[in-house]
Amino acid sequence: MPALTRNKKKGAKSQTPPTKQVTKPRTPPSKTQSKPQTTTLKKGAKKPPLKKQKKEVVVEEEPLEEDDEVVSDASIDSESEELDESDDEGGKGSNGFFSDDEEENDDDDETLGDDFLEGSGEEEEEEEEEEEGPSDVGSDSDSDEDDDDLVKQSEAIDRKLAKQKADADAEQQELNKQDESEHDAFRLPTEEELEEEARGPPDLPLLKTRIEDIVRALKNFKAFRPAGATRKECVEQLKADLGSYYGYNSFLIGTLVEMFPPGELMELIEAFEKQRPTSIRTNTLKTRRRDLADVLLNRGVNLDPLSKWSKVGLVIYDSQVPIGATPEYLAGYYMLQGASSFLPVMALAPRENERIVDVAAAPGGKTTYIAALMKNTGLIYANEMKVPRLKSLTANLHRMGVTNTIVCNYDGRELPKVLGQNTVDRVLLDAPCSGTGVISKDESVKISKTADEIKKFAHLQKQLILAAIDMVDANSKTGGYIVYSTCSLMVAENEAVIDYALKKRDVKLVTCGLDFGRKGFTRFREHRFQPSLDKTRRFYPHVHNMDGFFVAKLKKMSNMTKSSEDDDEAVETVEQDEVSDDDDDEAEAIEENRNKERRTKSKEDKRSKKDKKSKSENGNVEPKARKQKKKRSEWKNEIAQAREEKRIAMREKAKEKK
Amino acid sequence: MRPLDETETTVVFEKLFKFVGNNLKKIVENPSDEGPESTPGSYCFRLQKNRVYYVSEALVKRATNISRKNLVSLGTCIGKYTHAGSFHLTIMSLNILAANAKHKVWLKPTSEMSFLYGNHVLKGGLGRITDSIVPGDGVVVFSMSDVPLGFGIAAKSTQDCRKLDPNGIVVLHQADIGEYLRDEDEL
Repeated sequence: MPALTRNKKKGAKSQTPPTKQVTKPRTPPSKTQSKPQTTTLKKGAKKPPLKKQKKEVVVEEEPLEEDDEVVSDASIDSESEELDESDDEGGKGSNGFFSDDEEENDDDDETLGDDFLEGSGEEEEEEEEEEEGPSDVGSDSDSDEDDDDLVKQSEAIDRKLAKQKADADAEQQELNKQDESEHDAFRLPTEEELEEEARGPPDLPLLKTRIEDIVRALKNFKAFRPAGATRKECVEQLKADLGSYYGYNSFLIGTLVEMFPPGELMELIEAFEKQRPTSIRTNTLKTRRRDLADVLLNRGVNLDPLSKWSKVGLVIYDSQVPIGATPEYLAGYYMLQGASSFLPVMALAPRENERIVDVAAAPGGKTTYIAALMKNTGLIYANEMKVPRLKSLTANLHRMGVTNTIVCNYDGRELPKVLGQNTVDRVLLDAPCSGTGVISKDESVKISKTADEIKKFAHLQKQLILAAIDMVDANSKTGGYIVYSTCSLMVAENEAVIDYALKKRDVKLVTCGLDFGRKGFTRFREHRFQPSLDKTRRFYPHVHNMDGFFVAKLKKMSNMTKSSEDDDEAVETVEQDEVSDDDDDEAEAIEENRNKERRTKSKEDKRSKKDKKSKSENGNVEPKARKQKKKRSEWKNEIAQAREEKRIAMREKAKEKK
Repeated sequence: MRPLDETETTVVFEKLFKFVGNNLKKIVENPSDEGPESTPGSYCFRLQKNRVYYVSEALVKRATNISRKNLVSLGTCIGKYTHAGSFHLTIMSLNILAANAKHKVWLKPTSEMSFLYGNHVLKGGLGRITDSIVPGDGVVVFSMSDVPLGFGIAAKSTQDCRKLDPNGIVVLHQADIGEYLRDEDEL
């Protein structure tokens, strides 16, 4: 506020002869010293009549005189300065005040520059105003006679100063425009320029600068917005540039751009270019982390504990011996494992004497971790679909000294049939995925993944997660949990799959126990997921320094499929019909049309499977089915009511949580 | 998966006896904590695709519903039968052997890597050796820090070893943990 007032004052004083406080050599009459500097900063102000100025000067400066101490000090300084200035100017002034205008103007320019850069030497202005206060009052009478000349001089100087200011401002504006025009030139190359670029090999430095420009523009679009360019055009150009500079295909870069703001996107892409640090996990069945660290240090390995959240992890900085071939590795004291792979097992938290299934177990890092946590008690089914990977799984299990594991070779979707439904305590599903989170390990992902592949993966993952849920016994004393994890960043493979599972089975999301990750999306573009999805966790290379990962922990509430709220008896036997009825009803109500197709597919699969089942069961099932079809309208009403109740309950829960 | 025959069982036990001697009883009657029940069961041997597995009974019961084609491994694999019908112990049995070994040999650090590459143990690399080794006995090889490295057959008795020149073979190599890297496919 004082600054504003001072500025205003200075503005009013701008008409007084210019005396730059900063430019001491030019000592105009003491009166005008303070004002000029501020006045010079102001853009050309008009010059009111002198008398008024004097009065204004006197009036305006009076309040400043209240601070006697400051004023006195200032006055002392000002007097000395005035003396100096007058001495200097005396020499110059005698030769011809006007002739020295140019020099003064040069000085003015310099001072102008200083003032410009400094913004506003408000303190200096303060001092000078205060300084000039008493001096002005004192020297009024003396300077009356000199005023006319001085006024003329000051007016001339004022004009010149104003000119220079205007010039400088114009220059600045031009520079700004140039910057913008540069933005324009880089950001939106014309079609001709694009064609030219496309002809030859990509010009990497040009791309890099253009990318940086666009990112800067997108961050603050109002300020740096290049004229005539929409945000969409900027984004499109950015996608094309990132794709050609870093080697991504258009689909992948498009999805990444949708998920992250521009600054974070750059960090993520840069992180993908580098390797994550190598990490190992101590095998607690055979040794302790401390002992292992000692032994490895003796071998010349440079290592550190991984982080606070892991008691078995070690990160390797460098090593004189190959870390995958030490006698300790071969004896099974540790396992080479990325830090992100610790997370799903930590979320799963298996207890001793439980039955665990690992649906996609190879090469066995997570399975061996589970066994270590269970201390070789209980039972683990390690399943792997691909035959070539079974060998490494078996070898790792034996090397690490795991004895409580059965290794089998099934498609994960068949496992419930083989092992029985509702039989195991916990299931870990580290689903096969597009691998978009581990681009730093495998660069081919950048170019090979398309929208179709993502859809196929998502379809497979949905089937697998339903199979996994079916295997778990909801009434298990210690368990009833499913952990779903992928090494992918795509929403279609992560949150969408969990959302599907929540709709199809009686499960709910629980906290993973991994609080240092980012929460999963509850909504993304046109999708709206259930609010509990913020309990899932996402991990990013540029934030957590581990591979991109997604972890979700589900608890199975009951052994029913998510359709009936009625008789328990009728449910399991007539599951198929209910499922089909409810799916028909729900499919209409639910917005996501894409899932319709998938549901119909899976519905048909289920129907075919369960038709066989029901036919094999006693004939009581069929008459029941017919009766239920007759009561379809009643079912519809009940379902609609139940759904409303659920919605109300969820809203209340959301309010409570808030 | 099926239990072993009489003949098969005898062959396996003979081989094990070479290494563990009277501790064989311990191996067979070891109480196990595996399986979801809290009462410990015992271990048994099962044959699957020419490989012999040492598993606890609880695991066996629950592996029965996995079809033969799809069952890959149970518990610990201790060896496999050749076409000719003889039985060889593989490196995966090292944990069991090491825990119950009667005859042990400790290697000096300098010759660890040589053994891990598949070479025989020479007198010059010998750190310690248990007494009363007879030629033809099974011997488990350790490093000086008691890390089990593999096993083999003794070529000389303990006393003869002392008289040997440094390049004489003490233990004939049969299996070592380096095979996890070298011969992954063989396992």
